[in-house]
Amino acid sequence: MAIRDDVLVVGGGLAGVAAALAASEHADVRLISHKQSTLRHASGLVDVLGYPPEGGEDADPIAEPFDALADLPEGHPYERVGADAVREGLALFDDAVGDTYVGSHTDRNALVPTHGGTVKPTARYPKSAAAGLASDGRDALLVGFAALTDFDAPLAADHLAAAGVPFEARGATVRFPGEFRDDAKVTRYAHALDRNEDLNGVPARTALAEAVKPHLDGEERVGFPAVLGDDDPCGVRASLAEKLDADVFEVPMGPPSLPGLRLEDRLYAALAEAGVHAETGNPAVEVEAEDGRIRAVVVDRTGRPVPYHADQFVLATGGLVGKGIDSDREAVREPIFDCHVPHPSDRYDWFDADAFGDHPFARFGVDVDSDLRPRAADGTAEYGNLRAAGGVLGGYDFAAEKSGGGVSLATGYAAGTAAGRAAGGETSDAAIPGDTT
Amino acid sequence: MSDAESPDDDFEPVQVFGDETEMDLRPGSDDCYKCSTCDTNCPVAEVEDEFPGPKFQGPEQWRLKRKGDHDIDDSVMKCSNCMRCDGACPSNVPLSQMHNTARGEYVDEQMDKLSVEYLRNRMLSNYRLLASLGSKVPRLANFVMGLGVTSWLGEKVMGIPSEREMPEFATQTFREWWSERGGNATSKERAREARAERGGSQVSNPDKRVAYFHGCYANYNTPEVGKAMVRVFESFGYEVMVPPQRCSGTPMFANGMLDDARRAAETNVEEFVAAIGDGADVVASCTSCSMSLRQEYPELFDLHGIEDLSNNTYEALEYLRIHEDLEGELADTEVDFPDVAYHAPCHARNQGLEGQAVEVTESIDGVEAHDVGDSCSGISGTYGWKEEHYDTSMKIGEEMFEHMEAADADTGMTECPTCAMQMEHGTGYEIKHPLELLETALVEE
Repeated sequence: MAIRDDVLVVGGGLAGVAAALAASEHADVRLISHKQSTLRHASGLVDVLGYPPEGGEDADPIAEPFDALADLPEGHPYERVGADAVREGLALFDDAVGDTYVGSHTDRNALVPTHGGTVKPTARYPKSAAAGLASDGRDALLVGFAALTDFDAPLAADHLAAAGVPFEARGATVRFPGEFRDDAKVTRYAHALDRNEDLNGVPARTALAEAVKPHLDGEERVGFPAVLGDDDPCGVRASLAEKLDADVFEVPMGPPSLPGLRLEDRLYAALAEAGVHAETGNPAVEVEAEDGRIRAVVVDRTGRPVPYHADQFVLATGGLVGKGIDSDREAVREPIFDCHVPHPSDRYDWFDADAFGDHPFARFGVDVDSDLRPRAADGTAEYGNLRAAGGVLGGYDFAAEKSGGGVSLATGYAAGTAAGRAAGGETSDAAIPGDTT
Repeated sequence: MSDAESPDDDFEPVQVFGDETEMDLRPGSDDCYKCSTCDTNCPVAEVEDEFPGPKFQGPEQWRLKRKGDHDIDDSVMKCSNCMRCDGACPSNVPLSQMHNTARGEYVDEQMDKLSVEYLRNRMLSNYRLLASLGSKVPRLANFVMGLGVTSWLGEKVMGIPSEREMPEFATQTFREWWSERGGNATSKERAREARAERGGSQVSNPDKRVAYFHGCYANYNTPEVGKAMVRVFESFGYEVMVPPQRCSGTPMFANGMLDDARRAAETNVEEFVAAIGDGADVVASCTSCSMSLRQEYPELFDLHGIEDLSNNTYEALEYLRIHEDLEGELADTEVDFPDVAYHAPCHARNQGLEGQAVEVTESIDGVEAHDVGDSCSGISGTYGWKEEHYDTSMKIGEEMFEHMEAADADTGMTECPTCAMQMEHGTGYEIKHPLELLETALVEE
């Protein structure tokens, strides 16, 4: 009875954070997340649109994502919210991350090398990746660490060459100085560099630079796996750059990802500054509803149902991987609000026989109207005061089209703004800002 | 069968593995997809290169044990049982349950029962026994414990770091105070008076009843926390019961003393399930106690009523926030209370309670609570009380000490008694419990 806010956001990833930040401009906001935010699983890159949705395997990357938005099919989240919401979502992000990110100076996609040696078209990238762009003509040395098997630098360099980058890329593998475990955590390396720990009598940053120097052959930039500091990445890069006399950049890695961790810290600090109450640890399991409106989301606290009341709700629990969408042998569901998730009744139609084919399941998610309200099978809004954002939405394949971050920001911004305005009494039924439909 | 082949229409996979076997952790192990997020949350792995981290201690070691006669790796004793890995796992792997089980097996089968380490761990995890003896003669016990020779002996003989100061025993335990005050009958009367004062339909509500799990520390060392709990709840019209109880088991789990923990749990489950039967909800003032009753009990033991206890246990502040309009009650209050540097204990974090103390403080005029961040205090119950872990413990705590000192306050606040010891040890601050703040705000003298 007593936990009550204007807006309750369910989900702590990029979409949830964007929604909470946007809503906090207009109302009191609480954000709940079952587990720690999954932002630390993310590469830290924020894509808007990297490839055309129906392009197939051979499609060229998109250079101008905003030009491509108009061609998206009906039902795509960007088609629902419109291009202005995409810009507003990015602006909100830029504001929250400050100068730790690059990319806001242009509408064009940047090409960032990945740890597999592919090149990813993306709209925003951490400052630490800036010197690594594939469009940069300077030759690059990629450095891998023997114990960090996720990044094979020589292989990644070969892949970059095969991708046709306009520079020479070479790879070298070195032993990270000091006495670390063979399976040392990525955060262990990062903190050793943060604190410039003494490694066998030599400060960590110096020791690492010394290990790399013999491999450097005139390259003007050096790329490392993304473990260059957690609290002080700028300082770590600057020290290495000075000692190597070359620009230093990070290559984004898989989970657990330091750029993702740093982004999580930034965004949660922004939430705290905005006065959003954020909490983790217990799952939302069901809702209390009345007359087509949600009254409360019920959180399971070790077996005890606890209602979280609010005026407006935002569903941002992620997709199939994030468990915002669940399935069994019979059906695909959205487990908390039980929103309708369109899908074929025969489960053998959920996937393509080709492992790398165009899988229908990749587009599974809730179906929303242009106010981002989930729609029931008959096309009407499930609830008047529920909006959805991010991975839980259907109608797009973020992995194939490289649009995950942008969709989360745009729909998070739109859903959060609409929810905040409605809760703050500014609108009655809250059309979303930037809605062009 | 390859993905490309279409299966027969009548093909349905069957459940191969039953889930009936006790402690079959296979489902949890299979849910681990090795993202290693738990490892980046482990405060021990962050500072201790010898520690392989929660992913190894949990699912990997569990799988290793399936084949051959692998022993449990002795590094499991370096785990501090902060349980942060549980909250980190995106796949719901019951990591702390795996660690508790492995540690129990290690202590049972591999640890020398005559070793100083075993005896020391047994003594630390049975703090209640020590405390019940000490508090019979509190002044003498405090005097002896405070002697330099005692702490020298403690380190040399028992492996208890001489840097640590033994917590002082109160001259009157909480339970002594409680019975002197008239026990449950008095509480019933005070609750009734409070309900009458508040008026309305709540006057005769017989279900406004809570059973208080005070734990060892509030009983023997900080009875003021227990008293605050009783007075605050009574002021909301709750009748407080204080059933007989033993240690929650937290220090026993952390030391792999599962048999001791089970014996204590048997008493606690029996007594508190009876109270639940009388219409009470269970409320704890220590977040590790509530954590234990809620999560570890049903994960580790199969006792009649244990789920019932788990489902009906709350932390004190949490309970009031859910069942009362706590913010509304606090809205017009003003207190003379020092500003505090608040540290959220790991076990509060795991129950989703990390933000509540600061949030509640926001409603009270005259006091500011500054959250000192999400680092672990490093003491983790008995962990920091072991000579071999003392340095690690202080290294983990460093970030918290720095943030406390940077915060605009000279008093600390936390729910956890051992976090409080560490906060005091690292900064010299006096440490308060949120219930003491609530008492100041809500209870008239």
